[in-house]
Amino acid sequence: MSTTRPGIEVRLENLSRRYSGVTALDGLNLTMAPGELVALLGPSGCGKTTALRLVAGLEDADGGRVVIGGQDVTNVPANKREIGMVFQAYSLFPHMTAMQNVEFGMQLHEVGVAERRKRAVDMLDLVGLSAHVNKYANQMSGGQQQRVALARALAIEPKVLLLDEPLSALDARVRARLRDEIRRVQLEVGTTTLFVTHDQEEALAIADRVGVMNAGHIEQLGPPTAIYSRPATPFVAEFVGLTNRLAGVVRGGEVEVRGKRLPLVKPDSTEGPAIALVRPEAVSVAADGDMSAGPLVGSVISTVFLGATSRVTVDLGDITVLAQLPTSEVGAITTGTKVRLSLRTDPVLIARDEKAATEA
Amino acid sequence: MTAAGNPAVTGVGRPMMGGRRLSLTWVGAVPFLAYVGVFLFLPTAIIAVGAFFSESGFTLSNFANLSRSYIVTATINSIILSAVTAVAGAVLGAVLTYAIATGNPKGVVRRIAVSASGVLAQFGGVTLAFAFIATIGQAGFVYLWLAQHNLDIYANGIWLFELRGLELVYLYFQIPLMVLVFLPAVDGIRPQWREATESLGGGSWHYWRYVAGPLLAPAFLGATLLLFANALSAYATAAALVNQGGVILPLQISNAITSEVGLHEPGFAKAQAVVLIAIVAIVTALYGILQRRTARWLT
Amino acid sequence: MIRARRAKLRLFRIVTFLLFGAFFIVPIYAMFEFSTRGNGENAPRTLDNWKAIGTYPDMVAGIVNSLELAVITSIASLVVLVPTMVWVRLRLPRLRRVIELISLLPLTIPAIVLVVGFSPMYQWMGNNFSDSILTLSFAYAILVLPYAYRALDAGLAAIDVKTLSEAARSLGAGWPTVIWRVIVPNISSALLNAALLSVALVLGEYTIANNLLYPNLQVSLVSLGRTNAGVSIAVAVASLLFAFALLIAISFVGRPRRMRSEVA
Repeated sequence: MSTTRPGIEVRLENLSRRYSGVTALDGLNLTMAPGELVALLGPSGCGKTTALRLVAGLEDADGGRVVIGGQDVTNVPANKREIGMVFQAYSLFPHMTAMQNVEFGMQLHEVGVAERRKRAVDMLDLVGLSAHVNKYANQMSGGQQQRVALARALAIEPKVLLLDEPLSALDARVRARLRDEIRRVQLEVGTTTLFVTHDQEEALAIADRVGVMNAGHIEQLGPPTAIYSRPATPFVAEFVGLTNRLAGVVRGGEVEVRGKRLPLVKPDSTEGPAIALVRPEAVSVAADGDMSAGPLVGSVISTVFLGATSRVTVDLGDITVLAQLPTSEVGAITTGTKVRLSLRTDPVLIARDEKAATEA
Repeated sequence: MTAAGNPAVTGVGRPMMGGRRLSLTWVGAVPFLAYVGVFLFLPTAIIAVGAFFSESGFTLSNFANLSRSYIVTATINSIILSAVTAVAGAVLGAVLTYAIATGNPKGVVRRIAVSASGVLAQFGGVTLAFAFIATIGQAGFVYLWLAQHNLDIYANGIWLFELRGLELVYLYFQIPLMVLVFLPAVDGIRPQWREATESLGGGSWHYWRYVAGPLLAPAFLGATLLLFANALSAYATAAALVNQGGVILPLQISNAITSEVGLHEPGFAKAQAVVLIAIVAIVTALYGILQRRTARWLT
Repeated sequence: MIRARRAKLRLFRIVTFLLFGAFFIVPIYAMFEFSTRGNGENAPRTLDNWKAIGTYPDMVAGIVNSLELAVITSIASLVVLVPTMVWVRLRLPRLRRVIELISLLPLTIPAIVLVVGFSPMYQWMGNNFSDSILTLSFAYAILVLPYAYRALDAGLAAIDVKTLSEAARSLGAGWPTVIWRVIVPNISSALLNAALLSVALVLGEYTIANNLLYPNLQVSLVSLGRTNAGVSIAVAVASLLFAFALLIAISFVGRPRRMRSEVA
């Protein structure tokens, strides 16, 4: 199904929002290319939902602008911004069938009866719910309700699609399937989309770009691979994926961690004690070879089978380290096995404070 | 001693003969059922029987007597009074409910408002009548204050002790009752529905016309019916306030029991009671149907 | 735009609460005002009306009658309800729904209708047993039924009646002991709740007493009102304050329950 409206650029310029003494957004800047799906990822309270609601017009900004398709809509009320929105819960009107829900927006836009009925059928077909057109919200599962909500939002051909944690209230299994559905539909329709979530797996799986937010601003904005493999700040490194925090010393453009020298992402970091952030995939585990005591020798506390990969938790005496390896390499390693760890020589990020960045 | 041998555990000391077991268990419910049978069902039966039967068997003469003009007037007055206070109480109560529901759900204002509604809905009868007499009776401070400012509200008659006075006084418990009954429905309206309407291009008018209005309509209608039944059944406030004999049906019933007429025509009061309870029953049944619709959408 | 809408809402709420608040508070204030008036134009406030309550023997008799009725009714309703509800929970679960429906019936039957059926019954009772006003407690126990049932039901639902009674029975307790020494202490706040609700209802009852021609508090109050407005309104205020005090007592009685069950 093609859309009559090509993707539209959306710009958030220097947006800020404060309420009851708390700064929810602190000069947020974001430019979304036409047809792009940008995910705002962060812990609760980071401002991602506030940013979304400012774009929607459901909150008033204290400063900054929202520009949709070149038009400054900062002072335009929500019902005139031509947005489409999907909420986390209670999306659908309970007294209307799926069909009536989807038609409702078009009815408000004064689309003729025949035309809006046809478009509603098409949209419900697009989200795979043709068999449920006459059902009410309380007759549908959570996943089906959200699909109807998506159809309803897209039926009015909005300039930008806004999704406020649409999968958070659903079962894990439904979540994975539905997020792929959402991406498929979004690509087909081509609407610029802003997707807010606290689940990093969702963000990494479907976004063109991910903006990791913390305390009212974006810490890093980039493609999912960059966010994961080249985190720009300790917060991003710790929020996205798992991280081991290993104490070490920065010396000469490298960090010495437990007897090994690892290159730095930022070679010009100041010298001195620091915490190296090492991904579990960068840690390998060996149960044979030289097992004499050393900073990287310890015993396994637990192994967790995750399917294709497995996670091994090792007690090194003073700290615990997480390693992630392909399940085929786990072999005979089990609780109590004595193992030796080795660290891949990828460049690492370092953190200075003892306090961990806010966990997801 | 094994469990089987312990007499306390085998049960109420009932004889282990198959058929008798069940009846002794039922004995436990007898006191309650007997009491309710005598003091709840018996009076109801007396009314039903007395209305439809006389010494000569089944008769509808008691109901025929209801066509006496003063009964017809009283019944019409009752219906008007109940309808007026139901609709006015529903509308005013809905406004108050909206003000309560849009506040902080855990806030002080809400808790006070809800508790106050619970108390005021029960606050009726004699004390309420006296309160209004103390307010706008001829010695009441509000009346006196208004009179001092050249506003004699009784210039055309002292309406406080007539039907119009009852309409005002009844609102004092009808409005809180409306709040109690309607608030759960209004609470069930999710903020997402308003925001969804806006995102789809609708304004306030569209929201109320297509979303909140239809969703709340059954609850509102049901609550109005409940208020109607409540006003129809009320006796004490009117008895304490109104001096002229039997302006509404409950007062006529009272006359029929306590006066000479009642002694000579025992079925008369009972027939009136049957009419009153019939209307209340029908209205309450309709309320029940509307309640189910509301619950489906707003819980 | 949202800010403007929120400001309008706030204004609406303030105005609404002020207007409705005035409507509900003014009559109550008026009662206080009326009952404390002194003699003459600018006389100071006085409690003369209040002090004079005792000088009206019929009024005092009405108050005493109602208090006695309140006590008898609340105790009687508990004595009938508690064992029945425990028994039904333990042995007759199928009857539970029936009992519940019966208990809610008095809410749907108006008092003015009930009294039409009571009238011949009370005439018979007066001729054959006693015409004491205290026989009203039979009727009042029915009126009180829905409220007492709900309070007790909530209390019984909060404890495990089955386990407690089986434990007591296995230790050799007879049914009276089970109810009196095991169940009752554990639902004490529900019992108190039910009792207070009954008292409030009985003290405020007018319809049945008036139509059966018994002089309870409210009936005496109306009589007094015809002759002396000031004193009668003072009594009305007093009964209002008393009901208010009962309400506060009820709301406090509810609380400690939760803490106790957490410890268990």
